[in-house]
Amino acid sequence: MTAYLLKRLIIAVLTLVLASMVVFAVMEILPGDPARLMLGLNASADQVEMLRDQMGLNAPLVLRYLHWAGGLLSLDFGRSYTYSVPVIDLVRERIAVSLPLALIALALSTVIAIPVGVFSASRQGRAGDTLVMGAAQLGVAVPNFWFALMLIYLFAVWLRLVPAGGFPGWGAGIWPALKSLILPAVALALPQAAILARVARSALIEVLNEDYIRTARAKGLPHRAVLWRHALRNAMIPVLTILGLQFAFLLAGTIIIENVFYLPGLGRLIFQAITQRDLIVVESIVMLLVAAVILINLLVDFSYAIVDPRLRGRQ
Amino acid sequence: MKLWKTILAAATLSLAAATSAFAARTDLTLGIVLEPPHLDPTAGAGAAIGEVTYANVFEGLTRIDDNGQVQPALAETWAVSDDGKVYTFKLHSGVKFHDGSAFSADDVKFSLDRARAKDSLNPQKPLFAHITDVTAVDPATVKVTLDGPQGDFLYDMGQVAAVIVGKASADGNKDKPIGTGPFKLDHWAKGSEITLIKNPDYWGTPAALDKATFRIVPDAAAAVPALLSGDIQAFANMPAQDALAQVQSDPRFSVVIGSTEGETILSINNKKPPFDKLAVRQALASAIDRSAVIAAASNGLGKPIGSHFSPGDAGYVDLTGVYPHDIAKAKAYLKEAGLENGFSATIKLPPVPYARDGGQVIQSQLKEIGVNLQIIPVEWAEWLSQVFTNKDYDLTIVSHVEPNDIDIYSRPGYYFQYDNPKFNDVIKELGTTVDKDKRLELLGEAQKILAHDVPAVYLFELPKIGVWDAKLQGMWTNWPIEADDLTKVKWTD
Repeated sequence: MTAYLLKRLIIAVLTLVLASMVVFAVMEILPGDPARLMLGLNASADQVEMLRDQMGLNAPLVLRYLHWAGGLLSLDFGRSYTYSVPVIDLVRERIAVSLPLALIALALSTVIAIPVGVFSASRQGRAGDTLVMGAAQLGVAVPNFWFALMLIYLFAVWLRLVPAGGFPGWGAGIWPALKSLILPAVALALPQAAILARVARSALIEVLNEDYIRTARAKGLPHRAVLWRHALRNAMIPVLTILGLQFAFLLAGTIIIENVFYLPGLGRLIFQAITQRDLIVVESIVMLLVAAVILINLLVDFSYAIVDPRLRGRQ
Repeated sequence: MKLWKTILAAATLSLAAATSAFAARTDLTLGIVLEPPHLDPTAGAGAAIGEVTYANVFEGLTRIDDNGQVQPALAETWAVSDDGKVYTFKLHSGVKFHDGSAFSADDVKFSLDRARAKDSLNPQKPLFAHITDVTAVDPATVKVTLDGPQGDFLYDMGQVAAVIVGKASADGNKDKPIGTGPFKLDHWAKGSEITLIKNPDYWGTPAALDKATFRIVPDAAAAVPALLSGDIQAFANMPAQDALAQVQSDPRFSVVIGSTEGETILSINNKKPPFDKLAVRQALASAIDRSAVIAAASNGLGKPIGSHFSPGDAGYVDLTGVYPHDIAKAKAYLKEAGLENGFSATIKLPPVPYARDGGQVIQSQLKEIGVNLQIIPVEWAEWLSQVFTNKDYDLTIVSHVEPNDIDIYSRPGYYFQYDNPKFNDVIKELGTTVDKDKRLELLGEAQKILAHDVPAVYLFELPKIGVWDAKLQGMWTNWPIEADDLTKVKWTD
């Protein structure tokens, strides 16, 4: 177990180093000068050069990489070119929106997907299954910005139950803040739930064909107990894998939803930083996300061990 | 069930709150598309900076009103010497900055000297290039000396980048803007909204609004529901696109189409063959049907232009008929240039709907005369570095939103790569001419040269699509400068 853990950790660190190089290189290749963007069309070339000097953009590439990567090691993420505040402050503000949003969406999609998957698997091939899986197929296919807009028109414009977008900040109170996260969370969660439900269904169907299930049924266990206690637990591994992937996706992939609901989240920040060539913000946040994804993958590996006792003994 | 009850209860409560607020409304939430990177108009070019702060937070010696006219602001009156070189401004007294410090002639001297200094990062530094000296005669009098008469000086001092900042607070303005205006910054939730509140110590007529929130709505599709749900009550310029008709038919909203200073043009790289030949440029101008471009690129709302000049400005000459849409003539021009079989070129389109939509129409129109355009979509950052800075382009579509900017065709090294000594002479004379009639005459001459010489194909003036609650009054119809001046905005019943 320890050797396994150590190996995983070394791989994680190497991945981080490699990712930092790739991220830095990609952002450097991107055409566009942040200084010219800030000063606009009427500024002279001299002024742009002066600002580039101030921002440290004229230093050699390798030096700049080392400076940035060194900063990351001591948890110094640098300063945003456009906002001129520390990147970590921006991240702290934005994560207070994106993390709760991702967590609510994840919880929602799990709560919807597992029962739906179980329901479908236990009625495999019957009308209920076909209907539910048809709906899931639709859920996967519908673009989530369109779905989000439909939700906005229904719940914000017509029923006026929730705001059409924006985020008042947690300082405005838990309920107003949560209220503005409900629609985005639903818009994010449903397509994810659809994918998850399909995975849960097929994993469960596979397990239901195993010998031990037949044994359990033969000894007279009720259908419910077989399904929920014996079958579902063994079908959890693929479900957990997808869940882990989804969380990473939700955290980073909220760009579209955050734009539609104009939420000040991490996805919006990255999007804006790319268009404004706020290189340091993009680089640092992408590295944070890479770290988060690696961490989540580690956690998923551990959770396999919890659901599947056989894995605990393996090296 | 319980959740539904809570939701219902909350909905009822918020409805009640909305009704009671009807009595005397003094707050306003405006939607803006781009978030300003910071709030210091003297340190960055982003149009959103001026949109939020101009006339609201910061004021200049003079100001531009909604008709594009120069009005007094911090300077109550002024006198110009006979040779047109010395401006003596008499300042308002009792003016205070938002941090409580008193405004005086020293701040004016500081602001102007800072903007024209060698290490200045002012985005409009050329505005201050002719100032040779600024003297604070007494706390309420400033004398500005120029190197020669400047026709546009008072207008320039009213521009966004020429606002007066406080000596002590200037360096912090990016995050905590300290101006002299009728509103001051309350808070800025980055990525979300900027809230201004009324300045109780304002020296002039106080604002009617107590609170104004600029909420950032980056997505065009989100703008319409935000308006319909009442979350946002005004867009000075709404990214409405196809949904405009829906809003227009709703009696709750006023839709006011105004004009901007944005000349939307097909820019041409004038030094790059074959565009260095006049006949080729004339062929382009004759092959393009403006009305089809306007229909696609601005929902038919833009006003056609024939030169680089806003139809709303004094001195405008209608030159849209110089090269009427005529395919046969366009082909004749190509033949004259020795290119009767046509040629291929690229067109780089920045990520704005007018460019992307207009570019496709122009591509199909030019195909008719055998000019094959390859469309290359670019981001703004790429456009600035490839097209604007490195001049690595054939054609591009862009809106030049700076006011009174016909002189850009005479700037050396500008991305048009256009160099016409006759035009340069007119602009040079214009710069030093103070007499109004003579100025208008020169402006007309400059417009005509451009219209005939086609350094760019002139398409249309970018419209300003103002959409706001029908009970709201005092919003600007036009955008002589990009500003959401809220000083006269109020709710009526």
